[in-house]
Amino acid sequence: MPRRIVVPFGPQHPVLPEPIHLDLVLKDERVESVLPSIGYVHRGLETLVAKREYPEYVYIAERTCGICSFIHGMTYCQAVEQLVDCTVPDRALFLRTIWSEYSRLHSHLLWLGLFADALGFENLFMACWRLRESVLDVLEETTGGRVIQGSCKVGGVRKDIPGETLERMRRGLDGIEREARDIADVFLRDDSILSRTQGIGLLSREDAYTLGAVGPTARASGVRIDLRQTGYAAYGRLSFRPVVEEAGDCHARCTVRVRELFTSIDLIREAIAKIPDGPLEDRPKKNPEGEAFSRAEQPRGELVHYVRGDGSRHLMRSRIRTPTLTNLPPLVRMLQGCNLADVPVIVLSIDPCIGCAER
Amino acid sequence: MTQEGQQTVTIEPLHLLGKVEEFKKQGFRLVQMHCTKVGAIFEINYSFDLNYEFHNIRIVTDGKVEIPSITGIYWGAFIYENEMHDLFGIRFAGMNIDFGGNLIRTAKKNPFADPSFRGEMPCPGE
Repeated sequence: MPRRIVVPFGPQHPVLPEPIHLDLVLKDERVESVLPSIGYVHRGLETLVAKREYPEYVYIAERTCGICSFIHGMTYCQAVEQLVDCTVPDRALFLRTIWSEYSRLHSHLLWLGLFADALGFENLFMACWRLRESVLDVLEETTGGRVIQGSCKVGGVRKDIPGETLERMRRGLDGIEREARDIADVFLRDDSILSRTQGIGLLSREDAYTLGAVGPTARASGVRIDLRQTGYAAYGRLSFRPVVEEAGDCHARCTVRVRELFTSIDLIREAIAKIPDGPLEDRPKKNPEGEAFSRAEQPRGELVHYVRGDGSRHLMRSRIRTPTLTNLPPLVRMLQGCNLADVPVIVLSIDPCIGCAER
Repeated sequence: MTQEGQQTVTIEPLHLLGKVEEFKKQGFRLVQMHCTKVGAIFEINYSFDLNYEFHNIRIVTDGKVEIPSITGIYWGAFIYENEMHDLFGIRFAGMNIDFGGNLIRTAKKNPFADPSFRGEMPCPGE
């Protein structure tokens, strides 16, 4: 007779460096239902908006995440810029796009390395993180920061990238692409990876859409949502097609991220080719008054920043809806019916960032 | 640069479920829910998206009455409703998963319901 037991997963687990807890209700070895818990390290960053002046809060917004920090800062700035009567110059928009795509490369390579490590493929993990270093080197050279860039500000950007550096970056992308192709071959074709990921953690297209999945988690189930298509920053002037897979399993989520490496490389090349000369910022002409939403495509999916001001230098409210928060309900659905041994791989496949979720 | 549609329509709490049902039938996905404390009242926002068309509806409450949960329509909304409960003290009736105040563990109960600061010092130039 099958037995039902509850197995706690996390908040500390070897596969996850961040605290999330799952109560797994098992029938023998099969997961029947899941109850997720977060909130172990909630930081209250949203309330700090009332304590800091709105230009300073960019630094706090960036620290929401230690991986996609630049895009947090940019999305916050985009929201505030709608309230302070300023027009971001074109060159700044292109620079924001370039840094966003380097952030995506860095985030996807980090995840691919962690995924390989979770599957026990340690040299693949090292190959991914070695390549990630070259991406971080570019971020460090152009912004001064490897992880927290601090280069975005309300009205534009703080730093320019000189022409010769852009040319060196363009040439460097050839090497990054070559190495990424070697890594991609392993992720997409290696038998041991396929056997651990194909047909596991299935999420149907309908469930992905109605449960609120975003980013690679949604696109791996055939849901064509990629906020870069809305044309924010300079994306409207670059050619771009979202990467979509149909299988809805762990391998499809991995494949989307692998293929997005090359999309990002192409976008950076095109942005470098098209970046115009010009100023880097437009100064805000008033304090923020009113409310505004801004959305952007983070490596993990759609990010929403909401701000509200009353005309003073301190905003009344900042709301940050991170992709991991909205990918939790789809995760619950993916885990239902899976084997206990597959839980770590499935959890990792949504690329959870609890730091973001605990903003 | 393309900007989001920013339209927010305020509705009566009584019409909330009907309106959300309407969005679901039209194929919108739930993007997010959030709460803002404005003076003594709470504004609860619901954001929806269909083909990058962004719509927001809002209800206003004093925080003392229960708000109907939309988890019967959008199953995944439990994460936002529990978050609002824990941070603002808003109570939702009929949630599919109720963490009973334990989704977000904070030292102070409902810390966002009564913000105690607005700036550390007088703002320069004001």
